[in-house]
Amino acid sequence: MAVLPPELREQAEGIKARYPAGRERSAVLPLLYLVQSVQGWVTREGLQEVGELLGLTTAEVEAVASFYTMLRLRPTGTHVVSVCTNLSCALRGANDVFETASEVCGVEHGADRSADGMFTVHEEECLGACDAAPVVQIDFANHDRVSPERMRELADELRAGRVPEPSRGSAPTDFRHASRVLAGAEGP
Amino acid sequence: MAPPDTKVVTATWDDPQVFGLDGYVDRGGYEGLRAALGMTPTEVIDVVKASGLRGRGGAGFPTGVKWSFVPQTTGKPTYVVANFDESEPGTFNNREIVEREPHRFLEGVAIAAYAVQSHTAFVYCRGEFLWPGQILDGAIRDAYADGVFGASVLGSGFELDVVLHRGAGAYICGEETALLSSLEGYRGQPRLRPPFPAVEGLYACPTVINNVETLANVPSIMTNGAEWFAKIGPEKSPGTKLFSVSGKVERAGNYEVPMGTPLRVLLDEHARGVLAGARLKAWTPGGSSTPMLTDEHLDVALDFESVAAAGSLLGTGAIIVMDESDCIVEATRRLIQFYAHESCGKCTPCREGTWWVSRVLARIEHGYGRPEDLPLLDELGHNILFKAFCALADGAVSPIQSSLRYFRDEYEAHIAERRCPFTGKGPGRAAEGTGPPPLTEVLT
Repeated sequence: MAVLPPELREQAEGIKARYPAGRERSAVLPLLYLVQSVQGWVTREGLQEVGELLGLTTAEVEAVASFYTMLRLRPTGTHVVSVCTNLSCALRGANDVFETASEVCGVEHGADRSADGMFTVHEEECLGACDAAPVVQIDFANHDRVSPERMRELADELRAGRVPEPSRGSAPTDFRHASRVLAGAEGP
Repeated sequence: MAPPDTKVVTATWDDPQVFGLDGYVDRGGYEGLRAALGMTPTEVIDVVKASGLRGRGGAGFPTGVKWSFVPQTTGKPTYVVANFDESEPGTFNNREIVEREPHRFLEGVAIAAYAVQSHTAFVYCRGEFLWPGQILDGAIRDAYADGVFGASVLGSGFELDVVLHRGAGAYICGEETALLSSLEGYRGQPRLRPPFPAVEGLYACPTVINNVETLANVPSIMTNGAEWFAKIGPEKSPGTKLFSVSGKVERAGNYEVPMGTPLRVLLDEHARGVLAGARLKAWTPGGSSTPMLTDEHLDVALDFESVAAAGSLLGTGAIIVMDESDCIVEATRRLIQFYAHESCGKCTPCREGTWWVSRVLARIEHGYGRPEDLPLLDELGHNILFKAFCALADGAVSPIQSSLRYFRDEYEAHIAERRCPFTGKGPGRAAEGTGPPPLTEVLT
């Protein structure tokens, strides 16, 4: 059973065509995002299919995928909550936000996701928005100056099926949607 | 002399009309590209050389000189790669440049491409920058639709394709050779130089790699002239710098000031001082990879030469401010945790060294440090510095060595008191209600 449905297979060909002829291997990251957008994480079958699309072995694709933190090779929550705890955020209280996120999302440290499959919590390195510390991303949409209380509200909103308004731009509906945007399979 | 409030990359940020291609063009946008297209590529390179513009991504290499290294006789295609993998801790100016005015940066990309006769430019956008990437995606589409990019750039007959490529979460990909590996579809591991990317870069073809802020400076240089730019700031570090100020300040943000502006001005006049009037303790001039300085360095001029003379580096111009209540050992520990996490694993001194240092710092912070740990940290730093392929390892040594240089007494206090003097946590004289964490928990 193919991971990518026919219409996404077509998009996969379009993604490959962004790169010079003979250099299609460059499409490995967007194609991995594309399979992630279907399955919610990158499964063995996903790795295999990207390999088929690019003429690479599954091992070659896995070697690439395992290098990058945004490609998830383990079961992943519907929503990925990333809390920056690097220095600029830590100075403004990020460690408490991370602890709160783990608690309210029900994710033990080191666990892939919450028991209900709703959340993955990721202790993030600098997210490049230090003027808004502490910074949290939900499915890669930024939330500025997040306090532990605000973190609770964000988790509550997500549990209630709502997408919290990000501080800038528009938010994807979930991690799969974010992966689709990252693959470039969706217009702006 | 140019007036001290001269703005280059943020010149139109306060103008609400400017967003979008039309607004940018109405304010003179893409005139720099038009001017460039009216010159020969060599003339464009000469203008950028004469301006004295130096790379804003950390190394400070003269941009025009970099462009001039690209050979035009290889018979291979030439590439321009814009490095938008901004992830040096404390740095957030590239993100704001793209969010506020993507076309100024894209115009710089097009001018660079024309100068080195590249017909394909890639923008390597950090994966976590989901929204900035969407902005760029839209801006690139608009530029194609209006004939700014495509088969004939602004009707000149010069062909240029601009491709957005998103990363997937790896700090090391900001290092230019690791970025190229990543863009080619491999693990983001650095390559040994030489050959330098200008000769053998993307797909083993001549390649220019520039930072977003660097490229965003180029359009104004083309329209206002090299001399105008060269007169802003000090002679050897001309132009302005968009400094990212964060941490313990009243008003964190990006502030564009002439190169050579002292921290005192940036901190007091722009960031409105240290948070809650506390005393400045330590600060980084250019992100976590640059040695930290102290309140004795408030009057150091923030330009490449002066910061180097003070024993640090201008880096990305990311100023992280720590005040008297912040523990330097914990700050250093957190930064080293970052390098240990982001080390690509290729070189042993970096892969093993950063991990080892992070463990030693964790035990000192939690009150389990040993007197011999400080000479050990000195030695580890020495064994990592300049021993690896790329600068990530050297960057990791900056917080280790600089914190030991200026705050050795604070390390010694942690070890002597067997606790963190700031949190009170640790087996020695633990503060009320905070029992010592078990050693197993500290070192997991």
